[in-house]
Amino acid sequence: MTRPLRVLVAKPGLDRHDRGAKVIARALRDAGMEVIYTGLHQTPAEIVAAAVQEDVDLVGLSILSGAHMTLVPRVIQGLREAGAGDIPVVVGGIIPPEDAEELKKAGVLEVFGPGSSTEAIVDFVRREIGGRVNALG
Amino acid sequence: MASAGAEPARRAAEGWAERLLAGEKRALARLITLIEERDPAASDVLRLLHPRVGQAHVVGVTGAAGAGKSTLITALARELRARGPSVAVLAVDPSSPLTGGALLGDRIRLGDLSTDPGLFFRSFASRGHLGGLSRAVADAVRAVDAAGYQAVLVETVGAGQSEVEVSELAHTTLVVLAPNLGDDVQAAKAGLLEVADVFAVNKADLPGARETAGEIRAMLGLGPARPWTPPVVELSARTGEGVAGLLEALERHRDFLVASGRWGEKLRRSAAHQLRDLLGEELLRAALARLEAEGSWQAWVEAVARRERDPYTLSEELARRLLAGATGRPRGEGEARGL
Ligand SMILES: Nc1nc2c(ncn2[C@@H]2O[C@H](COP(=O)(O)OP(=O)(O)OP(=O)(O)O)[C@@H](O)[C@H]2O)c(=O)[nH]1
Ligand SMILES: [Mg+2]
Repeated sequence: MTRPLRVLVAKPGLDRHDRGAKVIARALRDAGMEVIYTGLHQTPAEIVAAAVQEDVDLVGLSILSGAHMTLVPRVIQGLREAGAGDIPVVVGGIIPPEDAEELKKAGVLEVFGPGSSTEAIVDFVRREIGGRVNALG
Repeated sequence: MASAGAEPARRAAEGWAERLLAGEKRALARLITLIEERDPAASDVLRLLHPRVGQAHVVGVTGAAGAGKSTLITALARELRARGPSVAVLAVDPSSPLTGGALLGDRIRLGDLSTDPGLFFRSFASRGHLGGLSRAVADAVRAVDAAGYQAVLVETVGAGQSEVEVSELAHTTLVVLAPNLGDDVQAAKAGLLEVADVFAVNKADLPGARETAGEIRAMLGLGPARPWTPPVVELSARTGEGVAGLLEALERHRDFLVASGRWGEKLRRSAAHQLRDLLGEELLRAALARLEAEGSWQAWVEAVARRERDPYTLSEELARRLLAGATGRPRGEGEARGL
């Protein structure tokens, strides 16, 4: 049976606004997905708890503050510890290319830098995550 | 169900149930996803959990859009956790009828509660089928109940039928009102008075709450005397003022249900409801499988489409024959035979 994808859109750290994250959240909703939005200032532990309890197919992290190299690995580590290491993580925000490479080595599925269009992100989620869910049944 | 994969499936379900009963939130959350998808694996786990279901106090929260249901549920969860009981929240929000998508934002208010080991919070999108949804939510309630959560708070979209559905599912129906929403009193007249076990008049930090509470009390006073008169509690979910009083009112209602024998009655009603539901589904499944296996299904469909048979008489006839163990075939396709 096909079902809507469930995606968590979260903002870890101390970013002052969440305009970009909200735009992505709405675009994913308009693409037919169930988007769990948790608001600003989430700790990695809160993001992990939300991902587990909501049983999402994807975690999307939006980070502008520059703290991605500490925050993202903590989320990935937390998911693994919670037995949810199979949930893919993507990151968007102000991420320099060299950091993007390292984040991918640390287990991030994809990084969307400042130039990424909303359409490209929605397409990616549909293609990469939609395929996985269908493969599971 | 007897099938080739029955044994591994049973063992997988046992492992799953064990993890869930041991408090693993991932196992509980995965089960709820399967419940929502109506995956047969969900039934395999639920059947093992059945003996554990029936301990939790289930509170259904309903009321007009914007009355403050979500804010109040968070405040109640916080108060409950401060006192000790573990809490599961099931929050239902509408899906877009056009795209099927939904933006589920009720976790925003949770803050540090989100990581509280004694709290489980799950957001649901209505997925366009309220009837089917109430079935999924009912099974999700059973899952969190079996997992040991002592209080279950269910928020439903406050539209039309859902108040009645939530009162089927819950021990206690909490109706949330707020001043200046305009339609409160209308809504109350339109049936909330009958389903409400407790009224919360929210936003008491704004003017008008006292008047709204007074109107509800006056209306309750007009009705016939009842064994339980719904308390009307004024509070502010925003400031937290009055939330403790509301919790006490909910607990008094639970005590009333137990003392008056209504708790047991509800268990029986819900058992009857569930059994009827599942039996209906199982009968339909078995009937269709049989008709398809014997190859007569398509022929019956054709006969109805060509107007040779009417579906009203035919369905009665088939049901009678299926229950007697024989189905027959449409005339001209060979004579009736037993299986
Ligand atoms: N002043 C005041 N505002 C409140 C109070 N409780 C909730 N609100 C506000 O009322 C609005 C609606 O609150 P929600 O909790 O989302 O209401 P809801 O009933 O869950 O709404 P829907 O799920 O959309 O039907 C929000 O802006 C809240 O901040 C309160 O006690 N006082
Ligand atoms: Mg709400």
